Amino acid sequence: MSVSSGVEAKRPARWSWYRLRRRLPNLLILLLLTAVAIVSLFPLYWLFATALTPASATVKLPPELIPSEPTLENFRNIIKLSGQGKLKLPGQIIAMPRMLLWFVNTLALALISTGIHVLFDTMAGYAFAKRKFPGSRVFFWMILAALMIPGQVTLVPLYLMIAELRLVDTFLGVLMPGLADVIGIFLLKQYIQTLPSELEEAARIDGASEWQAFTRIIVPLAAPAMAVTAIFAFQRYWNAFLWPLVILQSPDKFTLQVGLSYIYNSEFGTNYGLLMSGAALASIPMILFFFAFQRYFMQGLRVGAVKG
Amino acid sequence: MSATPLPLGTRIGKAWHRYKWSYFFIAPSMILFGVFIGYPVLRAVVMAFQKVTLRESTWIGLDNFRAVFSSQLFIDSMWHTFIYAFFVVAAWITSSLIVAALLQPLANRFQSLFRGAFYLPYVISIIVISLVWIWIFEPDYGFFNFLLRSLGLPRVLWLQNPDMALWSIIISTVLVVPGTGVVLYSASIGSIPRELYEAAEVEGANGIQKWMRITVPLLKPTTLYLMVIYTIAGFQIFERVYIMTGGGPINRTTTIVQLIYMTAFSDFNFGRASAQALILFAIIAIFSFFQFKVLSTDVEY
Repeated sequence: MSVSSGVEAKRPARWSWYRLRRRLPNLLILLLLTAVAIVSLFPLYWLFATALTPASATVKLPPELIPSEPTLENFRNIIKLSGQGKLKLPGQIIAMPRMLLWFVNTLALALISTGIHVLFDTMAGYAFAKRKFPGSRVFFWMILAALMIPGQVTLVPLYLMIAELRLVDTFLGVLMPGLADVIGIFLLKQYIQTLPSELEEAARIDGASEWQAFTRIIVPLAAPAMAVTAIFAFQRYWNAFLWPLVILQSPDKFTLQVGLSYIYNSEFGTNYGLLMSGAALASIPMILFFFAFQRYFMQGLRVGAVKG
Repeated sequence: MSATPLPLGTRIGKAWHRYKWSYFFIAPSMILFGVFIGYPVLRAVVMAFQKVTLRESTWIGLDNFRAVFSSQLFIDSMWHTFIYAFFVVAAWITSSLIVAALLQPLANRFQSLFRGAFYLPYVISIIVISLVWIWIFEPDYGFFNFLLRSLGLPRVLWLQNPDMALWSIIISTVLVVPGTGVVLYSASIGSIPRELYEAAEVEGANGIQKWMRITVPLLKPTTLYLMVIYTIAGFQIFERVYIMTGGGPINRTTTIVQLIYMTAFSDFNFGRASAQALILFAIIAIFSFFQFKVLSTDVEY
């Protein structure tokens, strides 16, 4: 003990010049990065700061950098002023403010789309990864080729198809074309390829049907890749704009993004407190979603799950 | 390989029995793919050579393409799109590379904190982001003109001045460091073997030399990937323009996708919109091809 304390006595003190000089570069980097991050995050901060500022204070000079009297007044007003809408469920009609209706529409569309998307992508990814069948190469190359085609090429023909099917201004018209996205198949195939085949074969020997082998063996093992696919799909559907904008016409059917552009083009378009609170309501779920699944976002990015 | 081949019917039956589950697993995706991607692409190609209304289509050869290329608005839109894509790609690659490199010496918890901070804006919809920027650019009470006033400078009509509007849209894009680039670059920098730097140090290389001779060349595959996806995203810019300026003032911010949208859904000229979309596709394909050619020289560790 006495020996070790003798060694400790020779160590430099906690805040000696030596330590400071060694740490100074990192401290400077930390400060620099913080400054860059503040610039990057400023729009997001300004969104919430303005949303929480009373309407009278948003047209005041100089602007309040930190809301001095934060209030939820803008949030209450945007919900009230967005107008009354009707949620039509089978058998009943529920009246609610449009802002909430758009929230329900967006959530329902995003959840249903994500669910179907992940199921179909996992099935196809499994078939391409583990099964040999005539035409598998051709089908897979078609999928890879489709990744290169920008969405604008199919926009007009898809609109005409939906018009011919008389599905303009319906949720089905928004939902269906959005499901044909092939990036998830690619991701899941890559992942399922790395899984051992023995478990699946053992299940089959034990008398499991092909479908059971898929749901009981493949799905649990592929869950991490399915989660990544689901998270990116959900983000994409929640934030989708152009296609819902083209298809949806009656305000009661809008999604949040289309509704926001509708409010911006309405009489409230220059009331920035209102506008920002609407925009905040549309982004809070995505922000919470990001914090909950941050790890998966970062992983997904590295396996190339992000398109464009 | 039997000497006498089985009857065709039997062979098909056997193959069906053997492969039906495989086809069952790919069927939903492939049907969706065929109906909502394959068929529309073919139809877009056909429509580009037709005059299309909601009622009928007539064959008009190359008239759509002629009309597109002789339109000053299309040439202007291409030009606006190129300017936007060029500055955004250059700024995004540079800023994400520098941020990722600065992150490297920091402790892990700081690294993941910053990665999260830079990624966060990218989960928010572009509609929301664009609305915030309209507010920041607002002439009288907006944040940017408040800053200029505090510095004693005259105010700028960011989105209303025809000479300024496109630059304002570019500023709104490049001021935010792209989270995707930061995450991908910092993963690749982390995987560069330490020995390379140690060897360089032994030979007396300084920090800048190490950066230029080791880090930047070894990040080439990541740079290539990011450059391709950022260029594609840049060429496809739509939402920002649609919300922030609607292509105005006097069409000075109209980009190719904004033009496609207007041609199809304001003018209802579906054939010409398809021709414009195919031209955009060709431009993207050509650019991606050249980026691969130029940047994809072999990288060996």
